[in-house]
Amino acid sequence: MAEAAKLCRPGVVAAYPITPQTHIVEHLAQFVADGELNSEAINVESEHSAASVVLGAENAGVRSFTCTSSQGLLLMGEVVYCIAGMRLPVLMICANRAVSAPINIWNDQQDSIALRDSGWIQLYAENNQEAVDLVIAGYRLGEDQKVMLPVMVCVDGFILTHGMEIVDIPSQEDVDSFLPPYTPPFKLDVNDPMSFGLLGDPSVYMETRYAIHKTFEDVLKKIPQVGSDYEKLTGRDSVRLVEPYKTDDAETIIIAMGSVCGSVKDMVDDARASGEKVGLLKVVTFRPFPKQQVREALKNATHIGVLDKDISLGSDGALYTEVKAAVPDKKVNGFVAGLGGRDITRKTIKSMFQLARKEEKSCTFIDIKPELLWEEFRVS
Amino acid sequence: MKEVKIFARAGQGAITTAAILGEALYYEKKYAYAFPHFGAARMGAPMNAFLRLDEKPIRMRSQVYEPDYIVVIDPTLIESQACFHNVKSGAKAVVAVRESTQLPKVEGVKIYTLPAEKIAMDVIGRPFANTVLLGAFAKATGEVKLDSVLKAVSGRFKGKPQVQEKNVEAVKKGYENV
Repeated sequence: MAEAAKLCRPGVVAAYPITPQTHIVEHLAQFVADGELNSEAINVESEHSAASVVLGAENAGVRSFTCTSSQGLLLMGEVVYCIAGMRLPVLMICANRAVSAPINIWNDQQDSIALRDSGWIQLYAENNQEAVDLVIAGYRLGEDQKVMLPVMVCVDGFILTHGMEIVDIPSQEDVDSFLPPYTPPFKLDVNDPMSFGLLGDPSVYMETRYAIHKTFEDVLKKIPQVGSDYEKLTGRDSVRLVEPYKTDDAETIIIAMGSVCGSVKDMVDDARASGEKVGLLKVVTFRPFPKQQVREALKNATHIGVLDKDISLGSDGALYTEVKAAVPDKKVNGFVAGLGGRDITRKTIKSMFQLARKEEKSCTFIDIKPELLWEEFRVS
Repeated sequence: MKEVKIFARAGQGAITTAAILGEALYYEKKYAYAFPHFGAARMGAPMNAFLRLDEKPIRMRSQVYEPDYIVVIDPTLIESQACFHNVKSGAKAVVAVRESTQLPKVEGVKIYTLPAEKIAMDVIGRPFANTVLLGAFAKATGEVKLDSVLKAVSGRFKGKPQVQEKNVEAVKKGYENV
C-alpha cells in the first residue's frame, strides 16, 4: 500500500502512527529518507494535526497522503469533515479497526462507518491487490475537476495490513500516464490571494452540502469510467461500484464489504458444489452508495443477507440500512459479525447462508457468546 | 489449498517464517497468503502465524483451525497452546525439540522433530529456530523446494552478508536433519 501511495507521488505525507496502520507510514517515511520519494514527510503530534497538514497541503495545490485507524480517525473527525467541505481531494487509507471502549486493536469497520456521512468517497478493498488499485485510481477519481472530493480507501486491519500476498504493482510510467499531476482549479497562492473554508451562513451553507450530494451522483458514473481506464492499464477490473459473484441465478445472496468477501466467495463455491444456489454481492463503493446497481444485482434473489462488521447501536448495521432502503419490497436479513476482530470463519458464513433463508430480522449478531451476557440478553 | 499453522512466542520469527515460505512459493509460481494473529503485542507472548498455499489465488481470510501442517518453533507451547488440536488427519508436524520435550501421540499425524535451537546456536550463534525449521519444512512436506527457500532467505538478508550466509547454512542444516 505504501508502494502504491509512492507511485502517486504525493508531495506531502503526514500521519501519526497507530496500530494496524503504522508500517504503511513507516515505509513511506523510509522512502522519503532514502530519496526514493520526493515528498515532505511531516512529523505531527496527533491525528488531528496529520489531517490538518494534508488539508493545508492540498489547499496549497499539493497532492497529499495520510493514513490512520480507529481512534486516530475519530480524532481526525473534525478535520475529515472540513477536508470534504473544502473540496480537497486528499487520499487516506483507513486501516479498519474497532473503536474503544473497551480498547481493541483488531479489525472491524466501525471506524470508517462512523465517518460515512462526512462527504468522503469510501472504497473497500477485498485484498491487497485491490488496495493497491483503489489507491491509484482513488487519486484520479478524487482529483477529477468535476469531483474534487477526498477518498478513503478502507482496508481491513491485520487481515490485509499484516497479510502478505503477491500483488502486481504497476510501473511508475504506467501510473504517471494514468494519473496526471494535481492541478486544482483554486488554491492558496500569494499571487492570486483567495480565502478558503470561511463562514458559510444560512444564506449559502445548504448549497455547499447540496453540491457535494449532487457530485456524488456524478461519482457513481465516474467510478466505472475510471475503472475502465484502470483496467486498460492493468487488466484488472477492481475499481468498481459493486462486484456480483455468481448472483445471476442465485436464490440466496450475501452482501458484504472488504476482506470477508474473499472468504464468502470460497463458501459460495463450496455451497454451489452441493447444489445450493447462492451468490455474493460485494460492495466496493459504499459512499456514494450504488443503490441502482445493488437493486439490479438483487432483482432475482429470494433470500438476501447483509453482513456488517459494524453496528449503528440502537438501529441496524450500516450496510443493512442501505440495502434494505434499496430493495424495500424484498426480505432482507441483517447480520453483525466479526466485531473487534472476532474471526469470521467458514462456519460463521455457513450460518449466514442458513439464516438468510429464514424470516426477516434486521439485526442478528452471529457468534455471540451467551455465557458472557446477562441472562435476559441471551437468545436461544 | 493447504493450510499451515505456526506456533511461537512473539519475537521468535513466526511471521518472518510465514513470509519467507510465502516468497519461496512465489518463486515456484504458486500463491500464498501469510498472516499473523497477535494477542496482546508483547515479546514472549504465545502467538500464531498462518500460511495458506495454493495453485490459484487465495481468498479465504479466516484463521486456520484445521491445519494440514503445523510448525512449532517453541516446544514449550506444545501443551499450553494445544498445538496438535484439530490438525487434519494425514497432517505433518515440524517441531523444534529440546532434550526435555515430550511429544503427544497423535494418530494420523506424522511428526518430524529436530533440535532446531541447538542447530541455530551452532550455526548462527543465537537460538533462532525459525530458519532451521524452514529447511525442515521444505524436506518434510515437499510443498516447496529447498532452492526456493534459500533464494527467499538470501533475499531477506541481502544487506547483511554474514547474517545471510549463516541463515542459508541454517536452512540447509534444517533440511538435512529431517
